[in-house]
Amino acid sequence: MKTIADRLIEDVGLRRGVDRLTPEKIQKVFKELVAGECGARMKTYMETCVRCGMCAKACHYYMSHKDPSYTPVAKVSQTMWRLFDADGKVDPKVIYECAQVAYTECNLCRRCIHYCPLGIDTGYIISVVRRLCHKLGVTPQYIQDTAHSHSATMNQMWVKDDEWPDTLQWQEEEAREEFPGLRIPLDVEGADFMYSVIAPEPKFRTQLIYQAAAIFNAAGVSWTMPSTPGWDNSNMAMFTGDSEIMARIERAHYETAQRLRVKRIVMGECGHAFRAVYDVGNRWLGWKWHPVPVVHSVDFFWQLIQEGRIKLTHKYAEPVTIHDPCNIIRGRGLMEKLREVTHFLCENVVEMTPNREHNYCCCAGGGVINCGPPFKNVRIVGNSIKAEQLKATGVHTLVAPCHNCHGGLEDIISKFGLNMHTKFLGDLIYELMEKPEAE
Amino acid sequence: MSFAQSWDFTPGVRVVLDDMRQCSREYEWLEEPHVSPDGERVAMVAALPDPALSVAVNGEVWEATFEKVWYPRFSPDGRLTVLAQTDGEWTMVVDGEPWEEQYAYIWGTLFSANGDIIAAPIQQDGKYGLSVNGTPWETLFDNANQVTLSRDGSAAAAVVQVKSPAQADIAAFQEGIFSVAVNGVAWDSIFVNCWAPTFDPAGKNVATTIRRSLYDYSIAVNGKAWTGSYACAWGPVFNPATGAVAAPVRKAGAWGMAIDDAMAWDIRYGQLWHQVFSPDGSKLAAIAAVSFGDFTVVVDNTPWDIVFPVVTDLTPSPVGNRFAALASNHNSDFAILCDGKVWAGRYDMAYPPVWSPDAAHLAVTVEKAGRFTVLVDGKAYPESFDKCFDPAFSPDGSKVLIRAVAGGKYHRIVAPVAAFTG
Amino acid sequence: MHALFNLAVGPLAWLAFALFILGSAYRLMAMRALALKKDASFVAYISWPHALKSLAHWITPFGALGWRENPGVTVVTFAFHICLFLVPLFLMGHIALFDAFHGWSWPALPDTVADTLSIVVVAACLYFLWRRIAVPEVRFITRTHDWLVLALVGATFLTGVLAYHRIGDNLFMTTLHILCGEAMLVAIPFTRLSHMLFGFFSRGYIASEFGSVRHAKDW
Repeated sequence: MKTIADRLIEDVGLRRGVDRLTPEKIQKVFKELVAGECGARMKTYMETCVRCGMCAKACHYYMSHKDPSYTPVAKVSQTMWRLFDADGKVDPKVIYECAQVAYTECNLCRRCIHYCPLGIDTGYIISVVRRLCHKLGVTPQYIQDTAHSHSATMNQMWVKDDEWPDTLQWQEEEAREEFPGLRIPLDVEGADFMYSVIAPEPKFRTQLIYQAAAIFNAAGVSWTMPSTPGWDNSNMAMFTGDSEIMARIERAHYETAQRLRVKRIVMGECGHAFRAVYDVGNRWLGWKWHPVPVVHSVDFFWQLIQEGRIKLTHKYAEPVTIHDPCNIIRGRGLMEKLREVTHFLCENVVEMTPNREHNYCCCAGGGVINCGPPFKNVRIVGNSIKAEQLKATGVHTLVAPCHNCHGGLEDIISKFGLNMHTKFLGDLIYELMEKPEAE
Repeated sequence: MSFAQSWDFTPGVRVVLDDMRQCSREYEWLEEPHVSPDGERVAMVAALPDPALSVAVNGEVWEATFEKVWYPRFSPDGRLTVLAQTDGEWTMVVDGEPWEEQYAYIWGTLFSANGDIIAAPIQQDGKYGLSVNGTPWETLFDNANQVTLSRDGSAAAAVVQVKSPAQADIAAFQEGIFSVAVNGVAWDSIFVNCWAPTFDPAGKNVATTIRRSLYDYSIAVNGKAWTGSYACAWGPVFNPATGAVAAPVRKAGAWGMAIDDAMAWDIRYGQLWHQVFSPDGSKLAAIAAVSFGDFTVVVDNTPWDIVFPVVTDLTPSPVGNRFAALASNHNSDFAILCDGKVWAGRYDMAYPPVWSPDAAHLAVTVEKAGRFTVLVDGKAYPESFDKCFDPAFSPDGSKVLIRAVAGGKYHRIVAPVAAFTG
Repeated sequence: MHALFNLAVGPLAWLAFALFILGSAYRLMAMRALALKKDASFVAYISWPHALKSLAHWITPFGALGWRENPGVTVVTFAFHICLFLVPLFLMGHIALFDAFHGWSWPALPDTVADTLSIVVVAACLYFLWRRIAVPEVRFITRTHDWLVLALVGATFLTGVLAYHRIGDNLFMTTLHILCGEAMLVAIPFTRLSHMLFGFFSRGYIASEFGSVRHAKDW
């Protein structure tokens, strides 16, 4: 049977990393990691998995390839079991294989938890493999570069301290052409919420900031954005396994909100960022819950609609389907609110199957898309099941309230010739809403 | 040294601005209100119909107008600064007078304690550094961030990028491209990362958190790294009396305090940060998690015996050895902590504590159900407002200046400590 | 052989039960201590209401997505586990032994029912064996340990069935059956079979995370 060893892809970061390893070094780091950071969860998962293989069908990679080396348990088998079996003393090439599995063949989407009777959290196990790879210095080049950017600038895309407020002021200026008096309020102490986005928004997708400002302006809400680092809610260090940088980013984000004395943080339509802020960062930093409550855009738009703050000129007429992003559905249970918002905006919603908590991942999340061009095909051909799922809906518009999902789904749509386009909820709201101040 | 010496501390309520919307010129909007430390002036960014932006002070619009204006801030000595753009170029404008030098961008204004020195990070031709009183650093860098100004303003520092690797060259990054520049001169030593540089009170020494490899955190003082290696470390602070450097460091999944490259507090905290020395350097306090989700204040390695889900804003008294902090239940039910005791009231929001100069009293602005008031020693001012800015004490500590907005009017209120009875 | 039989139903039985009970208790307590020490930021979210709700779905056939998507495994797994518990506890022969040695007694299953259930277990083991050999995704992850555990459970029930039907030397088969059963008991706390001890907790834990933090179902 084929294994990961039969499909290795050359990556500068992985190669450089393994070239500097010896079995002894690997063992030392592995044993320190297990002794220092692994507890009852890892021990239980390693011991009790009965190798029933039921999780196979959970994984979009397996469903796309029908190759037994892609099942969730097979990924654990090719990584963590191997390491435990050898007490960590493995050949450096094994670490290359572990890294490629962990960083590019698992999206940490947690769908397999719905398949394992014992509740084994494969995503957690794979995260620990990544943690080991980080500690061994074996990480894919592109995602490692984003982790470096996070460490140096507190954002993912090397956006410098001037570029951020400058971009916001530029967007405000642009938006004022359409909405006189619109503000993108910077550093307003005591605003109701701090709006945070991921670094690709100021870098490549300023339209999304424009749209958000237009929506908040029309809704008449009290909001602010920080002019300082701490504005970026994304966190690729979480996915490389660099927990220390992960936590430093989250600390900056939370403390920025605390400094601004806002009641809550509203996050743009991103999934992994939500996971980092909502589920991961607070724990490492010692807070049981979030020091400032965290609200995803889907939830926030839902609240605005409930309060009657968003009024539409018309509904979107063409049929749409909904992609449920793992990190806000399995990660936050926003499936019903996502539907209520989508139905509010669209005449005709066609559900894809499976959906809600059982939806297939986009295959871009978990940092996989951030591993860059060398692994692009891995996540596209590894998700033909998604293409089939999309195609079966027969619609041309796909609502996906997550950045990574957008990227991943666009690639799948293009590769499989699906004649669809993806939209954020913000795209739809902006397109459909009454623009009260428009002249 | 207290500018409050010259402020009007006659008890009473004075309406300084009858209408927060009043303006000497027609305007589209007035926003970002900031109040002078003495409470006598309210500054706002004004959008004029021209279209142009300017600044209204107590409703009087500056003559000068700009393409963009942001970041109105009063210096401690009461000068009003804004960041403004003209012909696409930015500069600092102080009381209506722009600096001569212009920059591609300027942001994040900093002041020395006496207000003499005004500094701000700048970008010019894609290079980064600081401009101090209008004079930019001689050397600018590929990047400069986390700027800090010494208390007396005599020195400014920033984390600077001193090498320019190609895009996504992760190997070069891991060999180190960052250092700290003081007054524009970078240290000889280069690190993978530097974070949170800080000065001693005299501005003679700088300490910073460093990462020597992706896994090796430590502290560097004036460019010289500690020998200690940690899994993580937060920003250091100087002991104002002895010059010793204290920093929270992480080992084996828990935090302790290192001082001058040796462990001072044992590694036993789930979190440890925001450490501060008392002014005479005799006490060291920090915010800490004593177990998962349970935060408190630790003074000299002894935790207070009250825990909260979140503790913030640890503030030492200006004299003596008192400490105040805020606590909340995840951003609601704010409580005020003082010397290990918690005040009775709970609030929707609380603002940073303010000590009286003699450390006899503590004032905190709080908000509940959208109404603001000021507490002194746990007791509220009898009235509430739509908005309160930070309170200030008279030099003798007997009176409190409240700067508040209510019903669209801006009030300047001076109340004796005894008037806080709620 | 009689001596071995006596050893098996006497001291070895004591030993097996002792190892099983004490071993299980030790494993559970040690794991709890480890969780509190090393997994504090995860244990903090354990919520019994969410755990019980999820477990109710998972102990219901086809009550969770994984069960629905693997119908064959589901039917066999439930039949296997139900029989695996019913037969040892309610077989007349077992109760008779307890009665003889300790004077303990409780209602028994009719012999033919117990026999059928035992055969179901053996058949289930054969099904699992077939999956390990023939289903690629199961074959891929099967290791020696899995064969041994399967063989141990299969042998225990197979020898039981053979002994009941008096196939082969009855004393030999009965002795072998008892020894296998004892080995299985001892194996529970120390092998993959420990999922019997930890499975409810690992499911309950992740159900708590999904329920109280992620507000999503985990079934």
